[in-house]
Amino acid sequence: MSNAEILPLGPDGALIRFADSLSEPANRAALAYRAALDAAPVDGVVETATSLTSVFVRFRPDRISRAVLVDRLGDLNAAQDWWAADLPAGRTRWHIPAVFEGDASPDLEDVARDLSLDPAAAVAELADTSLRVLALGFAPGQPYLGFLPERWDLPRRTEVTPEVPQGAVVVAVRQVIPFANAAPTGWRQIGRTGFRCYDPKLEPPLPLKPGDEVQFQPVPSSDWARISAAPYGDADREAIA
Amino acid sequence: MTALQIERVGPAVSLQDAGRPGGLGIGLSRGGAADRLGYIAACALVGSRPGIAAVEMAGFGGRFRFETPTRFALAGATMRATLDGAPLEWNATHLAEAGSSLDIGAAEAGVYGYLLPGGGVDTPLELGGRGFHTIAGLGARLTEGQVLPLAGDPHADAAPVRMGAELYPPGPIRVMPGPQTALFPPEQIEAFVGTTFRRSPRANRQGVRLDHDGAPFSAGAQLTQVSDFISEGDIQMTGDGTPYVLLADCQTMGGYPRIGTVLPVDLPRIAQLQPGDELRFQMVSLDEAEALWQSDDAICSTLRSKVSPRVRDPREMTDLLSYDLIDRPVIDSEESDTKR
Repeated sequence: MSNAEILPLGPDGALIRFADSLSEPANRAALAYRAALDAAPVDGVVETATSLTSVFVRFRPDRISRAVLVDRLGDLNAAQDWWAADLPAGRTRWHIPAVFEGDASPDLEDVARDLSLDPAAAVAELADTSLRVLALGFAPGQPYLGFLPERWDLPRRTEVTPEVPQGAVVVAVRQVIPFANAAPTGWRQIGRTGFRCYDPKLEPPLPLKPGDEVQFQPVPSSDWARISAAPYGDADREAIA
Repeated sequence: MTALQIERVGPAVSLQDAGRPGGLGIGLSRGGAADRLGYIAACALVGSRPGIAAVEMAGFGGRFRFETPTRFALAGATMRATLDGAPLEWNATHLAEAGSSLDIGAAEAGVYGYLLPGGGVDTPLELGGRGFHTIAGLGARLTEGQVLPLAGDPHADAAPVRMGAELYPPGPIRVMPGPQTALFPPEQIEAFVGTTFRRSPRANRQGVRLDHDGAPFSAGAQLTQVSDFISEGDIQMTGDGTPYVLLADCQTMGGYPRIGTVLPVDLPRIAQLQPGDELRFQMVSLDEAEALWQSDDAICSTLRSKVSPRVRDPREMTDLLSYDLIDRPVIDSEESDTKR
């Protein structure tokens, strides 16, 4: 049975927190709860979103009181065991090409050493893993992808890399992020993709949704010019039945 | 098409509006004006609902040339402004003739000033907004030589007005509890509200760092908390125990514990702090926080009620001799606040 906490976040926000540590069922609970909330909208609610393990609800305090909203959110929480819920319908599986060699992977050797693997085996393990979009965050459309196998529970670096490029594939704490924009990061870069998390020239401009699945396809660095110029970085997609 | 030509510009000048609400689900924080209240005051001055795009100037403005007659408002941080050399009143609207040059210098009080043409700046919308959003990679800072298209002004002939409101009253900054407040032991909260902080020189549209004397703050062993939603106004305790108040361009998720959330009604005062300015916090209840919440439209109509006709300052009148000063004398305003 789910025992989510409902907490204030700003005078016009409520957070439904399923867990304070990251796990697959807690993420699934958050995705399913939000989908149910969106399917039966509450008047006065203007925005919903999921993070890794929680759902955020923004409301208009001049249209619904927090007390009434919290009751409604609590009723929905009690309506089913969200930890056992299915993933939302209408998801997509993406196959995203990426280069994991040369300039594209400055930290691959370090990461492989920490995994006690050789670099080729580390890349193969990552490419074999079907990852889920756990949440979008930081920049428009940028996914937090998880989960890599246990041994990838690598800490973030204490000193931050001043800048990784757009498309950098970075890893830490069993997760992978393809960066939407050039940015500083404490995660380690092991590859690079031409996939754009947000591209206003394409429809849809924001390709990924929480719950979607992503698998990386290693390609040689000689393919970089081609994949970086193609829509969605030459990724393939298929609907998940 | 009317336009505003940028002849010279400070290093941190950008277009800003009411932001891009509703984007949290795609990883986009609302953004928009760093001092939302100053921006809404500019909207109230020109008589528009919040949403149209203004020029936001952090610390220093620039030189702007009007290609056609244009009505505009100046609001937010008070900055030294002249139109073709004649000094202009801040928190007021003005009419510029075609070809005239508006010079906006350094901020005299506060940080973020707003220049709002009557109809707003009319650049293409991107994800529902026109503003520069630092970490989202949307928009850009304004640069010398750029020409900004302006939307038509629905009240182009409206007489000049000023606003008598005190937008940034003194007093402690009010903070409401948030999802991680309970991670902080009571003595940490007590120390937090008992401390006088100083605004650090390190600040931008993402947030403002605060310095203080004494021990760093800590949420104890809870620093491994999973990343969760961040709200504008959140006071984040970074790894070294320094508070950081998040502003419009904050990230959408983060892992550092947050001791509470600055109320939206007080956040503009944080944005407008200059380096070294002192501040203190006060914890308030959820009920108090909610009672102080207002929609942008409600704030705008309250400010609109504080707008009054501005009797023209003779110093701004280049054509003084053409006025019939005997029949309709120029009356000195009792609250001339050009030097405030």
